[in-house]
Amino acid sequence: MSENIKFVQGNEACVEAALYAGLDFFAGYPITPSTEIAEQMSVRLPQIGGKFIQMEDEISSVCAIIGASLTGHKVMTATSGPGFSLMQEGLGYAIMAEIPSVIVNVMRGGPSTGLPTCPSQGDVLQARWGVHGDHAIIALTASTHQDVFDITVHAFNMAETYRTPVILLFDEVVGHMREKLVIPEKGEIPVVDRMRTSVRAGVDYHPYLPREDGRLPMSDFGAEHRYNVTGLAHDMWGFPTNNPDVVHTQLRHLTDKIKNNVRTITRCREYFMEDARTVLISYGSSARSAFHVVKNRRARGERLGLLELQSLWPFPYGLIEEKCAKARHIVVVEMNMGQITRAVKRAVRNPDRVVLANRIDGVFITPTDIKNILRLIQGKGV
Amino acid sequence: MAIRDYIRQRFFPHMWCPGCGHGIVLNSMLRAVEQLGMSKNEIVMVSGIGCSSRISGYVDFHSLHTLHGRALGFATGVKMSKPELNVIVPMGDGDALAIGGNHFIHAARRNIAMTAIVMNNRIYGMTGGQYSPLSGHGTSATTAPYTNIDHDFDVVKLAKAAGASFVARSTTYHARQVTDILKQAIVHDGFSVVEILSQCPTYFGRKNRMGGPSDMMEWFKENTTPIGSKAKAENPALIERGIFVQDEDKPEYCTEYDKVIERAMGGRS
Ligand SMILES: Cc1ncc(C[n+]2csc(CCOP(=O)(O)OP(=O)(O)O)c2C)c(N)n1
Ligand code: SF4
Repeated sequence: MSENIKFVQGNEACVEAALYAGLDFFAGYPITPSTEIAEQMSVRLPQIGGKFIQMEDEISSVCAIIGASLTGHKVMTATSGPGFSLMQEGLGYAIMAEIPSVIVNVMRGGPSTGLPTCPSQGDVLQARWGVHGDHAIIALTASTHQDVFDITVHAFNMAETYRTPVILLFDEVVGHMREKLVIPEKGEIPVVDRMRTSVRAGVDYHPYLPREDGRLPMSDFGAEHRYNVTGLAHDMWGFPTNNPDVVHTQLRHLTDKIKNNVRTITRCREYFMEDARTVLISYGSSARSAFHVVKNRRARGERLGLLELQSLWPFPYGLIEEKCAKARHIVVVEMNMGQITRAVKRAVRNPDRVVLANRIDGVFITPTDIKNILRLIQGKGV
Repeated sequence: MAIRDYIRQRFFPHMWCPGCGHGIVLNSMLRAVEQLGMSKNEIVMVSGIGCSSRISGYVDFHSLHTLHGRALGFATGVKMSKPELNVIVPMGDGDALAIGGNHFIHAARRNIAMTAIVMNNRIYGMTGGQYSPLSGHGTSATTAPYTNIDHDFDVVKLAKAAGASFVARSTTYHARQVTDILKQAIVHDGFSVVEILSQCPTYFGRKNRMGGPSDMMEWFKENTTPIGSKAKAENPALIERGIFVQDEDKPEYCTEYDKVIERAMGGRS
């Protein structure tokens, strides 16, 4: 086995994974701390005959990848906080028109231009609810470069399976930290390709008529089937409609295709959970500090466990409820004012037991920060 | 192919008001496509949001009805990922030059091969008659009750300055000229801008006492003149019609990117 080992930034790990997953079109606009993704793409894509374009802003970047996806390509864009805000309208379009696409947001502190070079996990709810209107969304995250790789491939697979945009939420520490990455052999991680229609030329093709399993086989722009794509509510031909039944069915389809597949979409890692009395829940780089605390305290016999979320939306309510059923305390570790903590409180039977260990000052959350919270809940004082 | 075969009859009747100029643009455009003998599968029509932008639903091409002002962004992704497709982008004047103004100048600057049609009715039709960046100083609109103090763009000069390699203008009165210009714009290998003055009797006409649709078209006839005509020398207020720029030498974006691929592959392609 010829192991391909690299020493890279998280942003580069994301690029490697996207290429592994079959990406061949990238459009973007530079913004810290995501810029290395665009830079690497400009080098790597033309080497494989793919296309990179630096657009005039984030608005047109997300539009360009949607256009390219419709011609049959695997597409991605990458940005950070303010750029992600600008992408919301296009993201909504991709949800409504069911266009497979991947949007990376290497989060930075906000609101506004905030803290460009500091870590934050402040866009968790923007990822969930930034788009207007009721909708479902897939947002994934990672704490190590190997996980960045796996989860990025997963993002493409989910985007192509469910015909939907998928958001990758990384934080600055993960994006810029350098560590080892082993690039898997081809085939080691399965790569999903878009399902294309088997309807023959000349036969009426319905681009927006879901099969029984909720999937919608696509036809590439330029191929034999011509159809209309719109961000307006539409019927099975893609033609705009206000018919209440059609609108209702379409919106339900958009949310159900994700809600009904939570187990396939979501990922979570468990550490020392078998008999844990205190459960830490974390994600991204914060989970690395949380893991450090749990590992050290276990050595001293304390019953601490860690649930590391690798997907944030759809939120795995059932799983969290089940895993926390016996916990006396639940500590959510995140670099914001409790954006995932809210979801955890909704999931567990006793929300009063859920506390937040956080930092919001642009400084990476350390094991000491977490230990201080643990002392408080254990009644020891700081 | 017969003109009606380029149309999605299932999607009719269309939503335009009686007398709207947008239908004439559709007609002229379909004639251009028919005269060029193009197949429906090689054309992608990408539009934004507005009355004008509904044009994409009515044609039996690959059609992408996008977001207000963003049509050129989507179109850039389509064209670059599949350069063999012919991309036509009809837009309203607000769509193309207010919310989409930045995309407009950058698409022109890149010189990416597509045909941008600006259907200029000098008003926001779909939202009910607010002033647009092409309404012009002294006009009336629902958001300019005391008359408009905004100055307008000259689309031709703007497109030229931004680097478009094909720039033309005509009106719905001159429907045959529109077809002729569009034919050349579509086959042009670079970014083409075709401004078409189109009447919105419902809002611009009514607000500015321009009379009915036919009066508005008469206005186009009387207030425009071919490029460089004697009439223009005598009356500088006349609006010129015709092809202002037709530069076949400026490198086209997708072709240039192919060279980037060649350089990146070090001749391995
Ligand atoms: C982001 C956004 N802002 C505003 C609107 C509302 N809107 C829809 S169409 C339109 C203007 C249409 O005018 P124009 O582009 O000139 O085309 P026309 O309808 O006159 O053909 C506006 C402002 C929108 N759809 N999206
Ligand atoms: S409002 Fe104006 S632009 Fe819109 S369809 Fe009616 S006449 Fe045409």
